[in-house]
Amino acid sequence: MKLHNISFGNIKRRKDKMLFLILGLVIGISTVVTLLSITQTMTRNIEERLNQFGANIVMVPKSENLSLNYGGIDVGGVSYKVREFDQEQLKDIKTIKNSKNLSIIAPKVLGPVTVKGKNVLLMGVLFEEELALKTWWHKTGGAFPEKENEVMLGSQVASLFGFKIGDTITLSGKPFQIATILNPTGASEDDAIIASLGVSQRLLGKQGKLSMVEISAFCQGCPISEMTLQIAEKFPNAKVTAMKQAVMSKMQSIDMFKSFSLGVSILVILIGSLLVLVTMMGSVNERTREIGIFRAIGFRRGHVMQIILLEALLLGIIGGIMGFVIGNLIAYGIIPIVIKDGAFAGINANLGIVSILMAVALSLLASLYPAFKASNMDPSEALRAL
Amino acid sequence: MTQINHLIEIHGLKKKYQSGDISVDAIKQMDFFIDDEEFIAIMGQSGSGKSTLLSIMGALNHPTQGKILVDSLDLYSLSTEQRADFRSEYIGFIFQSFQLIPYLTVLENVKLPMAVTGRTKKIKNQMALEVIDRVGLGAKAHRLPDQLSGGEQERVAVARAIVNKPPIILADEPTGNLDSKTAEEIMLLLQSLNKDGHTVIVVTHNQDVKTYATRSIKVQDGECFA
Repeated sequence: MKLHNISFGNIKRRKDKMLFLILGLVIGISTVVTLLSITQTMTRNIEERLNQFGANIVMVPKSENLSLNYGGIDVGGVSYKVREFDQEQLKDIKTIKNSKNLSIIAPKVLGPVTVKGKNVLLMGVLFEEELALKTWWHKTGGAFPEKENEVMLGSQVASLFGFKIGDTITLSGKPFQIATILNPTGASEDDAIIASLGVSQRLLGKQGKLSMVEISAFCQGCPISEMTLQIAEKFPNAKVTAMKQAVMSKMQSIDMFKSFSLGVSILVILIGSLLVLVTMMGSVNERTREIGIFRAIGFRRGHVMQIILLEALLLGIIGGIMGFVIGNLIAYGIIPIVIKDGAFAGINANLGIVSILMAVALSLLASLYPAFKASNMDPSEALRAL
Repeated sequence: MTQINHLIEIHGLKKKYQSGDISVDAIKQMDFFIDDEEFIAIMGQSGSGKSTLLSIMGALNHPTQGKILVDSLDLYSLSTEQRADFRSEYIGFIFQSFQLIPYLTVLENVKLPMAVTGRTKKIKNQMALEVIDRVGLGAKAHRLPDQLSGGEQERVAVARAIVNKPPIILADEPTGNLDSKTAEEIMLLLQSLNKDGHTVIVVTHNQDVKTYATRSIKVQDGECFA
């Protein structure tokens, strides 16, 4: 006979009350686990989307008197004495320390061309890279350019000049077929003619030169700021900028959800703790007679506390495990509903450990006062109730 | 002249219960002693103060005034925890209505007082089974209290009281809930324990108990008369 036998025996005898107590813990812990899983999935989902959609590092030439107008670059001006990159130099980017984090490298050349007497932005791109980067580019019909004599028009350009898919457009005296017209994107490409990089370099007289490079880096855990510095070291003539705005705004949304989750979790945990406290108090009051006997036969106050806290510890472990399992099940079921294209991030063992520890801590904290009250029960008063 | 040391000495004992403005003198004045290996029957009517006296002797209830010495140890000069240790070592309680823990088996109930002792599991089992045999319940060691008769439950209570081999056994109305035949069996059991060297103090209003005791003390209106 040890003190834990008494604790186990009491749990077995008062199954209904103990289940009620475990329920309090399960509600608290499963809510926390569900909300954390949703937050985790949201973060991962957004990170994946950021990886897929668009650049997060932009490399432009350092320039004092010229600004281009794409991605913050102004080419509408009159001066084209831009210090451009050598295309040859671009391969150096693969030598940076975090090169394994580089996903897409999309170089471009920019410059004005004349169409029907008007200056229009010509953007030369590597279509394969560009289309992988700009997944929001949707064509109105036709196909994306595959041949050197094919171009793609931004929606504004097409509308301004009345071009249709299949029409021929003359750029610097050379005819090109319009392979497709983009749907409006609300960005600079709406006003541009997009052609292959090599053709554009020749048309603009910038053979082997690049105006800017957009880079997509894998974002999950990748040190964007550090990578920016590494690239800047390789390209002293370039201004390398991490495009944090998109990330920041999306992360802000997640942070807001995290704060909301935290608030809800605290509230639910407080309610759960209250449930544990009330149940434990009830249990202690019911056991006045028993505690009186324990004290009469020589149990110290500490022994009585140990019995109550041992029960709390055991129930905390059970509640923590059940809360973690149920929380994951709810998350598994609910994530595809609340997050579009969201999939359950999987079971997080660390969260499991934290859940159990949290349930144990809650159960012990909420049982501390009842245990203290039980241990301080006057044995003669308790025995008078016999 | 040599001073005689009694096992229990009670000097100028007073106990007053206060409930709001009302105060009740449960024990007005008591002075007596009990020697080692005595079988004392403390007789008195309900409300005479006998149960209060028992709880004070059992280090459970602080007196308002006076001293109680057990083995020359002033009980109420000890701390709460020291008194708990004292109860564990010196006192075996037999409560009115058995007061067994319903979710523990006979064996576990009997082992309960040993839960806070440093004995090994094997020794605890051995000691508990020994006393269970002694009270005649060897075959029912693994039953729960509600599977036993009243007399058998009282025997379990006796076994629990003696398992730690305490020198003093305090029994509060041990025959109160039993028929006369079972009551006689229990009193004979207590008598045999007394013969084995335990000092037995029984609080009761049952006059028959006197016949088993070596001495009786009458308690009336908070005072005692030897």
